[in-house]
Amino acid sequence: MAELIANGGPGGGLAAVEPIEAAGCTLELLDLGPVAAIQPWPGRTGAVDTALKARGLGFPAPGRSLEVADTRILWAGRETAFLIGTAPPALSEAAVTDLTDGWAGVLLLGERAAEVLARLVPVDLRPRACPEGTALRTLLGHVPCLILRRGGGFEVMVMRSFLSTAWHELATALRQVAARRAAQG
Amino acid sequence: MRVEGYGLIDRDRPLKARFDGREIAGYAGDTLASALIADGTRLIGRSFKYHRPRGLMTTGLEEPNGLVEILEPGGQITPNTRATVQELFEGLQARSQNRWPSLRYDLLEINDLLWPYLGAGFYYKTFMWPRAFWEKVYEPLIRRAAGLGRLSGLHDEAPYERAFAHADLLVIGAGPAGLMAALAAGRAGADVILAEADSRAGGRLLHEAETIDGQPGAAWADSVLTELRTLPNVRVMLRTTVTGAHDGGGWAALERVGLHRPPAPDLPRECFWRITAPRAIMATGALERPIAFPDNDRPGVMLASAVRGYLHRYGAVAGRKVAVFGPHDDAQRTARDLVAAGVTVTALIDPRDEAPETAATGDWKLYAGSVVTGTRGRKGLTAVRIRRGGSEFWVDAEVLAVAGGWNPTVSLACHMGARPVWDEGRAAFLPPPADASGAVPGLTPAGAAAGHVSTAACLADGQRVALGLVEDAPDFPLPQASDAAPAQTAFWDVGAKGRAWVDFANDVTTKDIRLAAQEGFSSVEHMKRYTTQGMAPDQGRNSNVTAVALLADATGRSIPDTGTTTFRPPVQPVSIAAMGAGARGKGFAPQRFTPADAAIRARFAPMVESGLWYRPSYFPAPGEEGWEAACAREVGYVRNAVGITDVSTLGKIELQGPDTGEFLDFVYANLFSTLSPGRVRYGLMLREDGHVMDDGTTARLSEDRWVMTTTTAAAGQVMRHLDFVQQAHLPRLRTRFVSVTDRWAQFAIAGPRARRLLEGMLDAPLGEFPFMACAEITLMGAPARLFRISFSGEHGYEIAVPARYGPALFRDLVARAESLGGGAYGMEALNVLRIEKGFLTHAELHGRTTAFDLGLERMVSGKKDCIGREAAQRPGLTGPERQQLVGLRPLLPGRRITAGAHLFDDGTPLTRPHSRGYVTSVGPSPSFGWIGLAFLEDGRARHGDRIRLVDRLRHIDTPCEVCPPVFFDPDGGRMRG
Repeated sequence: MAELIANGGPGGGLAAVEPIEAAGCTLELLDLGPVAAIQPWPGRTGAVDTALKARGLGFPAPGRSLEVADTRILWAGRETAFLIGTAPPALSEAAVTDLTDGWAGVLLLGERAAEVLARLVPVDLRPRACPEGTALRTLLGHVPCLILRRGGGFEVMVMRSFLSTAWHELATALRQVAARRAAQG
Repeated sequence: MRVEGYGLIDRDRPLKARFDGREIAGYAGDTLASALIADGTRLIGRSFKYHRPRGLMTTGLEEPNGLVEILEPGGQITPNTRATVQELFEGLQARSQNRWPSLRYDLLEINDLLWPYLGAGFYYKTFMWPRAFWEKVYEPLIRRAAGLGRLSGLHDEAPYERAFAHADLLVIGAGPAGLMAALAAGRAGADVILAEADSRAGGRLLHEAETIDGQPGAAWADSVLTELRTLPNVRVMLRTTVTGAHDGGGWAALERVGLHRPPAPDLPRECFWRITAPRAIMATGALERPIAFPDNDRPGVMLASAVRGYLHRYGAVAGRKVAVFGPHDDAQRTARDLVAAGVTVTALIDPRDEAPETAATGDWKLYAGSVVTGTRGRKGLTAVRIRRGGSEFWVDAEVLAVAGGWNPTVSLACHMGARPVWDEGRAAFLPPPADASGAVPGLTPAGAAAGHVSTAACLADGQRVALGLVEDAPDFPLPQASDAAPAQTAFWDVGAKGRAWVDFANDVTTKDIRLAAQEGFSSVEHMKRYTTQGMAPDQGRNSNVTAVALLADATGRSIPDTGTTTFRPPVQPVSIAAMGAGARGKGFAPQRFTPADAAIRARFAPMVESGLWYRPSYFPAPGEEGWEAACAREVGYVRNAVGITDVSTLGKIELQGPDTGEFLDFVYANLFSTLSPGRVRYGLMLREDGHVMDDGTTARLSEDRWVMTTTTAAAGQVMRHLDFVQQAHLPRLRTRFVSVTDRWAQFAIAGPRARRLLEGMLDAPLGEFPFMACAEITLMGAPARLFRISFSGEHGYEIAVPARYGPALFRDLVARAESLGGGAYGMEALNVLRIEKGFLTHAELHGRTTAFDLGLERMVSGKKDCIGREAAQRPGLTGPERQQLVGLRPLLPGRRITAGAHLFDDGTPLTRPHSRGYVTSVGPSPSFGWIGLAFLEDGRARHGDRIRLVDRLRHIDTPCEVCPPVFFDPDGGRMRG
């Protein structure tokens, strides 16, 4: 029997996915791999934290993330964390929902990454307010997003259908910051 | 003309620009204004109302006269640009504005002869009759005659930018006080943003002959800036005006990014900043104030601070002979500086009887106890009239430098309602105290803005304020600077006969202000509106204090009793293009695309917006014309064979947990906890007020896993609602939910051959799969969810696969449908199919309809409570007076009906009180012709009645028959079978 072709991801219908290099930054698509939402039952966050700690992770505090090998777990909203990079474990005290394909990621790396992102994101990205490992639920322009500060850059995650707009917005910001740099010589 | 040895311009970098087509030579570091002055151009614009010839008065943002149009390649025009702010660059093209046919010969100068008829409020008095003439004749005439620059009429497609910044401390202004404040806070390690409107730091230091620590003021400013730039915690933002103080430590600022250089690709013209800083230091300095005397607006009459500024910063003077006038020691300072530069000073006119001794020591003639009472020179000053004692005489002058004293720039401190405070000793308004009602939280004024006068005092104040705001900031010695602090007096008007301008930008004279007071507009807010004083682009920076003082005098009150008008952001004009950067065209809102978007567009489907999503309107076929033919063909696929459509845009919310049934019972009007696993139920969701919020199906995939479907438009609203219910009403229930809309690509397969199509592709036989069944299956190796639901009234399925399989599945489904005599269908066909069945969308669930109106009141379960249940029972929300859902068909074949039309009983007037209802949806049904859904008073009792459908916008008047809202297969046999 014929197999259904998985050609819709991770760009999911996005036409231009060539990485962009400008202003000392690179912008490229990120293959998130498996994504799952973990939502503990009311009052059971501690138990879920313990269960996840047994796997070397834990349930992240608001605005934080944890990382082991290729697996990351990010705070993603009210009593919600996203487990990214690995198939989710079964948890007796939490709802676990597969969101793979539902979220798409963009990686913005470089010395001026925060400067580029500040064109679109209203939150304080200074290292003191947003240190390595910070997870933010905010807006990228008008697009709801989840941002992780990681490895000297930012992983910007949006719902898949918004990826094209998010990419366009980031690419524009990147080019405008680059044009400023060029003008200042 | 240029003065050798003066100026901070770079004489090794000559530049060429054009003004009104004429070449202007200048240097790097010049503004358009300074280049024009150096070039000898004194006439630069025409006044707003009287079209009087005008020249430059100031060096900065506050310039009232020197507004020009900047011409860009491609025909774009930026009007109302201050020549004093526009930096010169190679190839800059500027044009004078508000004149016709030319700056020198402006026909509308006739307005100046008509001045007795054009005083304050003239249009309220003059153009009263006939009434109809106001809109059609008078107003257009006035608008053409009075005005500012012109727009190009082209869309502004240039790049703009918006950005956010955060700091511990925002220092506004980089003059002596601001630089010291930034230095003190920066050395202490605080995160500092130093915002300066000018292209260069230094403030007045650039414009005066000041020495700091033995070096020229400008050099000192440069050295401080150099240090600040080495501090990683300090961000210097030049060309950035802080335009408003807003809530929560928010500050708006506008940066000129590309306006001072030729356009370059992707280089923003301006950036609109939103800065968040809990504390700010307002070191915005002070502006010199003019004096009212007859004909004080001639080209060549300038503020003394500007005359010194053009000399020291740009090495430019506007004429060979300069007279200086003012009751302030800055008058003799101006004379001294000019004489030192080799410029002839023809007179120093000081109204004080006892001018300072030093005033008589220079190479000029001192007229103490004297005032200027007139000027001569239509297109450029030639002489000034001096009154001394009882005699008047003329003295030659091409420039008159006016030193009226200084007004601290306080507006930012007043943006939240606080009013500035009059200081009698300083004869000036000072910023409101920090504890005043409406004071801007966290804002501290420093330097000249706080009323300090000498350079030394400003340096010290900037440092003191910053040290007070930043913990453990190290003190450091103050630089040595002048402590000269001349006193100033309240001297506004020389009191001579003739028109004396107060607001140069809006052509308001002392007479206008007195007239306003005389006619009863004695409150400062009324005076402002009656005369338009302070309402021009300069926001009254040059005129507000003088106007208040004159009004106080005219009404016999004190200045504090008269008060000031309200200060509001922004402090300077902000282009809408900057505030809305990126939001032009498709940038207005994000775009959402389904996984199969490219595959759909590849079939040439015109796309329509549905919320933020894009969906196919229809799929054109070769040789077919118009959407109606395509729609009829696609409806035929579904009714006769099988149709495929993309329903990925519908909201999908996955719910989990043992208490989910109980949760759903509370949010849905009908019962869900009794639903068996593997089954789907249609649900109706009410708002707290009892009206319908949304509808959709919810499937129970397993014992504790459910998936809710919402309409495309209401997905976000439903998610917010669920969040609210969980947090506010049912926080203890073990249920969790998350949006999975984007995870799944979902397609409807509908029509009598739907099952045949499906069976050809499933990995396992479907078996018994009744209407409203659901299952998790695998489809050609991919995980999938299958639902037996229908929005068309046919035997139908919806199948969902992870998004990555979406494009392939869409192509495959359509190919299979085509082989069965069907194909893809779009929104038009989908709409006709659901109207034929009386199914609802947000055209019907528009927020004002109840379950009763929709004929769904039996769905509101009596066995349990739910959101909106009680509120839906309120009087007026049920009963025959309600407009109820009905079907409509035109009685005359071929007559149009339209959504939005109103329904009237025959014989009643076609006026609003007689409207009995309105049409929500219409569509061309291949089986029934045009049919519609409508809400009609007591509609369910009126099936079979005749009603008149009237659309007064589209001139449609069609008699219709009222019928049940289900046209097709009323008992639902096809759907279930």
